Amino acid sequence: MDQTETIAVLSNPLTLDVAAEAQRIEASIREMVFKRLKRKGAVIGVSGGIDSSVVAFLCARALGPERVVVLFTPELDSSSDSLRLGQSVAGALGVRSFVEDISPILKGAKCYERRDEAIRQVFPDFGPQHKMKIVLPSIKEDSKYSLFSLVVQAPDGTIHKKRLTADAYLGILASTNFKQRARKMIEYHYADRYQYAVAGTPNRLEYDQGFFVKNGDGSADFKPIAHLYKSQVYQLAEYLGVPEEIRQRTPTTDTYSLEQTQEEFYFSMPLPQFDLCLFGKNNGLAPEEIAELAGLTTGAVERAYQQIDSKRAVTHYLRAQPLLVDPVTECEMHA
Amino acid sequence: MYDLQRELRDFIVTNFMFGEGAGLADSDSFISKGVIDSTGVLELVMHIEETYHVQVKDNELVPENLDSVDNLVAFLSRKLAQKETPADAELVAASQA
Repeated sequence: MDQTETIAVLSNPLTLDVAAEAQRIEASIREMVFKRLKRKGAVIGVSGGIDSSVVAFLCARALGPERVVVLFTPELDSSSDSLRLGQSVAGALGVRSFVEDISPILKGAKCYERRDEAIRQVFPDFGPQHKMKIVLPSIKEDSKYSLFSLVVQAPDGTIHKKRLTADAYLGILASTNFKQRARKMIEYHYADRYQYAVAGTPNRLEYDQGFFVKNGDGSADFKPIAHLYKSQVYQLAEYLGVPEEIRQRTPTTDTYSLEQTQEEFYFSMPLPQFDLCLFGKNNGLAPEEIAELAGLTTGAVERAYQQIDSKRAVTHYLRAQPLLVDPVTECEMHA
Repeated sequence: MYDLQRELRDFIVTNFMFGEGAGLADSDSFISKGVIDSTGVLELVMHIEETYHVQVKDNELVPENLDSVDNLVAFLSRKLAQKETPADAELVAASQA
């Protein structure tokens, strides 16, 4: 990229021609679902967040609302807003929708029991009346390692925060990952039932940085917005007419009983700033250039660049296909 | 000092490098070499705390203390000389969470 191009891009680097991009993605969805996957429609798990809502809108426009099924999969820790907002998407699109409470599946798998046992390694008094979430320090703070802490709210409302041990962290993560996997199991039930394909809903930040559960929300037949930065998803949402309350909502994980933003769980900085850091990294821009644009220090952008590389390396396993000793290519001729 | 160096290096090589530590110098950065990630740091801290009976404070979780065998040895040597008691969980106001 020469200097003129760099300046032009930096003036508004993530602005989309939303109409053209929507048209391009919709054509791609039709090609992927009907021609390559040979499925009759699409199943989308809608969380009430911006990404899954945009995917539902794109699929309904691309395939027709009669070829789209939207699923809501609440569980004990879900915010009641998630179901209400998800249903507003289905209502706006006129698509079929189903509510599947996955709490009984999770109880059967001892998801909550295993999670609470892991939490009690760090907070021995943790009980059913407590609430919790996992947080990372802000990348802007200093040059410390980015390590997870557990935040617990006691029944009297007091908040306690403590660094996690490796055992407790892995125990909590492995238990709560049941949630994403149970949701995906339900989605594939409907996909089998109607001969539909499952749409994945990651944006570029999530896909690139491995912010998904393998064989959970990371599993899908196609991922139509995985190339879009988060701010581009918002632009598309406005163009598509996604309900404003969803567009104004802070992105959360909706996984833990205390409300938890994606910033504090994974990205360590506000998503618009992380967007710019990832864009800068991908386009070979110097940290100084992105620092000015994002309102960050050069040091914070340098740490973000390091974190991007580090997370790509650590999460490579999540994106990898199953490995074979020898290639088996004959069946690929029928793709 | 020699034993501490060897013990810590053995832990790193066995636990994070599956025994293939020939390419790791004692001064090499674990992060730059891709040896450990943030979960690995938690594992390393747990190992230090349980094996050497020291408490690693949050403000000590910096690469200057943990990001190479040499840094680890220097840090742990200081900790062993101090021998601190475990600290209580940090209490923070609800408004700060």
